[in-house]
Amino acid sequence: MTTSFQQPTARGYYGEYGGAFVPEMLYPNVEELRTQYLEILADPAYQAELQLLLRDYVGRPTPLFEARRLSEKYGTRVFLKREDLCHTGAHKINNTVGQILLAKRLGKQRIIAETGAGQHGVATATVCALMGLPCVVYMGATDIERQAPNVARMRLLGAEVRRVTSGSQTLKDATNEAIRDWIANPVDTHYIIGSVVGPHPYPDLVARLQAVISEEMRAQLLEKTGSELPAFVVACVGGGSNAAGAFYHFLDEPAVRLVAVEAAGHGIYSGHSAATSVLGKPGIIHGSRTLLMQDEHGQITEPYSLSAGLDYPGIGPLHAHLGAVGRAEFMSITDDEALAAVSELSRLEGIIPALETAHALAALGQLGAGPDDVVVVNLSGRGDKDLETYLKNMDKLI
Amino acid sequence: MNRITHAFRSKKNLLNTYFTAGYPSLHDTIPLAKALVESGADILEIGMPFSDPLADGPVIQGSSTVALANGMNLPVLFEQLQNLRTAVPDAPVLLMGYLNPVLQFGVEAFLKRAAEVGVDGLILPDLPLDEYEETYHALFQQHGLKAVFLITPQTSEARIRRLDALSDAFLYLVSGPGTTGGTTRPDADAQQQYFERVADLNLKNPRLIGFGIANKAGFDRACQYADGAIIGSALIQALQEVDDAPAAAARFVRGIKS
Repeated sequence: MTTSFQQPTARGYYGEYGGAFVPEMLYPNVEELRTQYLEILADPAYQAELQLLLRDYVGRPTPLFEARRLSEKYGTRVFLKREDLCHTGAHKINNTVGQILLAKRLGKQRIIAETGAGQHGVATATVCALMGLPCVVYMGATDIERQAPNVARMRLLGAEVRRVTSGSQTLKDATNEAIRDWIANPVDTHYIIGSVVGPHPYPDLVARLQAVISEEMRAQLLEKTGSELPAFVVACVGGGSNAAGAFYHFLDEPAVRLVAVEAAGHGIYSGHSAATSVLGKPGIIHGSRTLLMQDEHGQITEPYSLSAGLDYPGIGPLHAHLGAVGRAEFMSITDDEALAAVSELSRLEGIIPALETAHALAALGQLGAGPDDVVVVNLSGRGDKDLETYLKNMDKLI
Repeated sequence: MNRITHAFRSKKNLLNTYFTAGYPSLHDTIPLAKALVESGADILEIGMPFSDPLADGPVIQGSSTVALANGMNLPVLFEQLQNLRTAVPDAPVLLMGYLNPVLQFGVEAFLKRAAEVGVDGLILPDLPLDEYEETYHALFQQHGLKAVFLITPQTSEARIRRLDALSDAFLYLVSGPGTTGGTTRPDADAQQQYFERVADLNLKNPRLIGFGIANKAGFDRACQYADGAIIGSALIQALQEVDDAPAAAARFVRGIKS
């Protein structure tokens, strides 16, 4: 293998997935970003500003914690990459800090974003407050209901949260509305997309900004285990940003097994699921050719997961490619299994994970990892935002 | 001569009406097409409804949702269009829609069926120009179908010329920033400059202006800068909650073309 899994082609393809399927109204915006992002990201002044913010504002590097009681339970050596300790409580801010610095260099004066669980919305509202830029966050009406604390956070941070009532009123529709806003405001606005989805260059841009996760993991693993390379890296996948970041610097290390965990909802074939790698077919969503959940006529269908951050009907084109060529293994975890994992991590390690993250934790028992294997689970977010959901499901937590 | 070229050569100030197939009722497609043309519409643009129409505003989104709920899909649409050329013998007809349903139907099968039922051209806004040029252009030509491309105030002159070279139908000038049916009025001077700038390029294709054109005044203004205009959202609004959609469509067109 001479080509790297990290790099899409010039047109943004990972194998047969990716590209930029955008209407002409979006072409200049996307093209402006495409022609400038690599140069800006490589600029030493940009990097200096980014690294300073990641350290002093986000709180990086995040710890790599050896979870001894969890290790004992699963008979393997489990490490948790503590992205839940990032400012705002999840990995999402790695991307928003990077993109707001990019937006400033592009001369943009207004920021828009979509959000599902609200973590990306909060992370965007946060960096907009930091930089003094106006921020509009599109959020589905259903998600506004089930993620009320994050809605309050965004408003407190000065962002305008726009309620989306089209379609299923969740992440897919919030993304549609953010794209429509960008069509209406093509010159002064930057769209901070929250995952490794959307038209090229977004999947590559977001993967690069999240890659700090695996970059730190390698150094921390060397120090703690004597090797930079674990046996497994496990991460949950909705669109796939935390998984992209956790996998990135291991993509070209075939000895490391990369495990992407999707939400099976009530069960993969129950009709209430978000397991795109199983249920999806190639198609186009939000400007990218990837795997997506759709009916036989190409209409995009509504995924289901109890977790608002995983019910996206597509996955990023990088992940679709990794699955197609067998570089990543896909697993899926039901709502109930994820809730049990929330309880387990809380009681064994004193860490309450986000419901999304709990899907990755619930895969631990199914990896087949041996006693000497090192398993890194990307602990992508903390569970504060999900407390209401946890309270409603106490019977499944205990 | 094909129907599109013939229409532009034989008429002035052309009205292109967009409506969503399967709206307001599943079987309105052909009766609406007939009523629109008989009342004065010069070109028909039939929308293939999609669950996630990114370039469309609330009105066309809403009509798409209703049409899909009514059971519209590409096999049903092509079945209805079997009768297209009986109902509408001469007017140019375009299909407009997003790429994903076309991909699932199969690109070649789609082009073949469209040509068979008498469709003249296609507007697929999320089909990237590079992919069109490399793959689709030859297929379109093979089936005798014309491609219509969109131009916006942000489209560079070089890109406009490339789009013009690749099309032999007409160019669709998006009137300003925003999705279809936009209510935010763009700056009138900037808009006029944009229309004049494109007119002065001496392009080989005629031009129609669309997005946000809702009434006779808007239509007449567009005709000052181009060969006509496209009206969609306002027509669909005129079909909402009426007993006789074809009659309402005919009234709407007579109001524009009077």
